[in-house]
Amino acid sequence: MTPPTTETPSDTATTAPPAPPSNQLIRFGAAEDPFEAMFDRGWSDGLPLVPPTAERVAQMLSGTTRAPDEVVAVVPPDLVECTVETVAVNAVMAGCRPEYLPVVLTAVEAACTDEFNMHGVLATTMSVGPIIIVNGPIRHRIGMNSGGNVLGQGNRANLTIGRTLQLVVRNVGGGRPGEIDQSTLGNPGKLSFCFAEDEEGSPWESLAQERGFPAEASTVTIFAGEGPRVMVDQLSRQPERLAKSLALCLLTTGHPKMALAFDSILVVSPEHSARFRDAGWSKQRLQEELRKNMMIDVGRLPAAAKGITTEESESIQVKQLPKFRDGGLLIVHAGGRAGLFSSAICGWASGPAGSQPVTHEIEHV
Amino acid sequence: MAIMEVLDPTGKTADSQFGSMRQPLPRPKSLEGKTVGLLDISKPRGDVFLNEIENSLRDRGANIVRFTKPTFTKPAPVDLRQEIASSCDAVIEALAD
Repeated sequence: MTPPTTETPSDTATTAPPAPPSNQLIRFGAAEDPFEAMFDRGWSDGLPLVPPTAERVAQMLSGTTRAPDEVVAVVPPDLVECTVETVAVNAVMAGCRPEYLPVVLTAVEAACTDEFNMHGVLATTMSVGPIIIVNGPIRHRIGMNSGGNVLGQGNRANLTIGRTLQLVVRNVGGGRPGEIDQSTLGNPGKLSFCFAEDEEGSPWESLAQERGFPAEASTVTIFAGEGPRVMVDQLSRQPERLAKSLALCLLTTGHPKMALAFDSILVVSPEHSARFRDAGWSKQRLQEELRKNMMIDVGRLPAAAKGITTEESESIQVKQLPKFRDGGLLIVHAGGRAGLFSSAICGWASGPAGSQPVTHEIEHV
Repeated sequence: MAIMEVLDPTGKTADSQFGSMRQPLPRPKSLEGKTVGLLDISKPRGDVFLNEIENSLRDRGANIVRFTKPTFTKPAPVDLRQEIASSCDAVIEALAD
């Protein structure tokens, strides 16, 4: 039985205090430097972290309407359930502002899908890590960079969103270099690799629209990729010549003789996209021209390509194979206003047997 | 330096931190009459490597059962792991390229 209340209506209208945090409170010693203590506990990716005090985490949680105890994902490799609050703790450590949190939560969800296969992306000896591409209105609302130095340093949202995802994999999933992360060389983007598409300056539909989302939706696309590599072409004025030139560079991703092995991202900058805009080329037209110029001569299938045994490969005669599977080249528009460069980002084992790009809509924004 | 309290970023509770760690089973003292599973992870030429292992283990009196993962890029499916656990005394997982 509930006792009769003596509260007045104004008393009941007051907001309840926020629930206490569920994550354990860890108290550093009086002689400990908190910054050193966080390194000592193995929480850091190698750079200093912001101490995730209860106050900072509560402030971070103000960036989402989702309940702190809601499970966002089961994080590989240890398959640990990760709550909104735990993501927020790592977002504080990475340096995020609260308004970035919805993007981070969606990125964690997308990375922990079977399609993306974060376990394999982490465990592989190859150099790849998760790359986050953001589309839609949220890019501007949280001040992301899609322009000059888009793949570089200097923008808090880009850098800290990407960093948080990797901290979640490290601290929640238990994925650390030298343990489950067996990468031979790694790449600097494994600290953080996140950027926004320049939709306003693009002659084409955005990556998210191409993947079935409306222009007003804010989305995260996650791709398993290595470091970006610049493609220099300051001479081509005709779209056919520029397409041929970009194809020549894209052929070298992974290895010039490897066909149908890895997906890639092509980041087209404004001065290069202008050549295609002037000629009225659609994105599909560019895809077709690139494909035409990226057929690889093969006398016979290389040993063990796509599950084919050495014996079978001796007997199967083919003449040409495309560099990328259908849909295996993602075109994104980004970069500064000046500079006749584009960029190639090579992926990892493609398709259902490896990692597939995953796009999720950012909800609760 | 001021004392500071922070929230644990690992998401583990006090109970889960150590309680869920499982100890490996003791190694078999001999392979005589034991069933050994050989798990091919679907890397190229894994079969070549495991054929050699199979011959060597048969010489030591082991029974061999062969298994294959659908793809080397992902952990073995739960059903496969349970099948191996219920039918084998030991398992060898092979990498190859």
